Amino acid sequence: MSPSVLSVDTVSRWYGNVVAVNDVTMTIGPGITGLLGPNGAGKSTLIGMLAGFLAPSAGSVTLDGTTVWKNPDVYRAIGLVPEREAAYDFLTGWQFVLANAELHGLADPGAAAKRALATVEMEFAQNRKVGEYSKGMKQRVKMASALVHDPAVLLLDEPFNGMDPRQRLHLMELLRQMGAEGRTVLFSSHILEEVEQVAQQIEVMVAGRHAASGDFREIRRLMIDRPHQYVIRSSDDRGLASALIADGSTAGVQLDDGVLSVEAVSFLRFTELLPRVARDAGIRLFEVSPTDESLESVFSYLVKS
Amino acid sequence: MNGTVVRLTYRALLGGRRAWLLLLMSVLLLAMAVLLRVTVGVDHQVTADFLGAVAVAALVPLFGLIVGTGVIGPEIDDGSIVYLLSKPISRPRIILSKLVVAAAGTVLFAAVPTFVAGLVMSGTADRIALGFGVAALVASLAYSAIFLLLAVVTRHAVVFGLAYALIWEGLLGSFVPGARTLSVQQWSLSLTEAITTRDLVSSDVRLAVAGVLLAVVIVGATWYAGQRLRVLTLAGEE
Repeated sequence: MSPSVLSVDTVSRWYGNVVAVNDVTMTIGPGITGLLGPNGAGKSTLIGMLAGFLAPSAGSVTLDGTTVWKNPDVYRAIGLVPEREAAYDFLTGWQFVLANAELHGLADPGAAAKRALATVEMEFAQNRKVGEYSKGMKQRVKMASALVHDPAVLLLDEPFNGMDPRQRLHLMELLRQMGAEGRTVLFSSHILEEVEQVAQQIEVMVAGRHAASGDFREIRRLMIDRPHQYVIRSSDDRGLASALIADGSTAGVQLDDGVLSVEAVSFLRFTELLPRVARDAGIRLFEVSPTDESLESVFSYLVKS
Repeated sequence: MNGTVVRLTYRALLGGRRAWLLLLMSVLLLAMAVLLRVTVGVDHQVTADFLGAVAVAALVPLFGLIVGTGVIGPEIDDGSIVYLLSKPISRPRIILSKLVVAAAGTVLFAAVPTFVAGLVMSGTADRIALGFGVAALVASLAYSAIFLLLAVVTRHAVVFGLAYALIWEGLLGSFVPGARTLSVQQWSLSLTEAITTRDLVSSDVRLAVAGVLLAVVIVGATWYAGQRLRVLTLAGEE
């Protein structure tokens, strides 16, 4: 398989006054890339542009140097697994995948459909109607339809949505296999754990912007090594506040209206520090709760940095 | 044209209850024709009035609307059109395949029954049946092309289509004579006028003008639908 590279070059996309994708530049090469970001971050818009279903308002999206927009020939190299469920529910799985093979104009559509259905292990249900499939089965048959022409590039929009853990593992295995074969695989997700289990490369998007890029270790580190806010309840908040200030390892300690809030420099160090300081001062901890653990706050931190 | 697109479209359109509904309406037209023949006897003016008002003015545009929008509208709505568009097939070719199915459906369910109804009521006399059959056939093509375009351009194709058929062709045409010049119904009736050998129908549009306008509309709408499909934006769910 000849390696294919998708290039996103200073791309923006807006709808009226709303900017969905804001000046994004990235290169997606062979292997598995995860597009990570909260809902509404612009992931689907970006995948829409990569798949040639949306024109960039500015910038360019190319596959191996060829413009994707208004160029149906690129679909010889691109397999697309859309997020939406609808997929000719009145056809059987076999008919659906076969029709996709025929639409690609393949020399032997029957053999291609058979191979694709075998890849996703769906032969057992190929004579049932697509409309009767479970969500996971539908996802697999959609995957088969995207693989039927053996594309160098595979784009998947939120492929793990609504899957049970077993289906999820199966799809992850399938993606790994596709990546190992040298395909350029890009999938979007809003769940870090999903992305880091399969993706070698992670691109983070937040509020339309390209917030971070790297392998999962770098992304993890960015998410952990950052100031964390905690609210603490203890047997002696005032005493604990003084002890923490005396220790000097925290970025900030505040005691407002009897609520003790602490800003830690590093998550890992703070988890060691707090119990030790409390024990040394003879203070009992009742509650330690992070105030900004939501994914959005993690992402917004990444954008600011 | 693409055989697979035709097959998928045909199955989506005529699978399920829609085919039965269309068939029921065709049968209803024929039943009314039989009833008139039995009660009124052979009266060519009645035949012309009935086919003009019920078949060409109502049934054909209605079927054109249901079938013309039905070959692509639902697929755009539910997003499954992505499976056609993500293939190395030119978009105008997809439109042409869709148009073939729409036109064939409208002809089969509306134009053929119109011709048969004419035969039932007036036999082959004065080429009345043929005249209305040809008018219905040509109008079927034109309405299919127009409503297919409408379904690509807007998600509210059925509403706009109904507004066009009812307000423009129906109401406005009766009050504003000029509106009739731009009416598929009048164009196709000018064919009926030319084909029938007795003076039963009169169209406001001359035959040559009607022919040119029909050709322009069918070809133009199909071409433009292809161009619009090339830039169809499939919005994500975000």
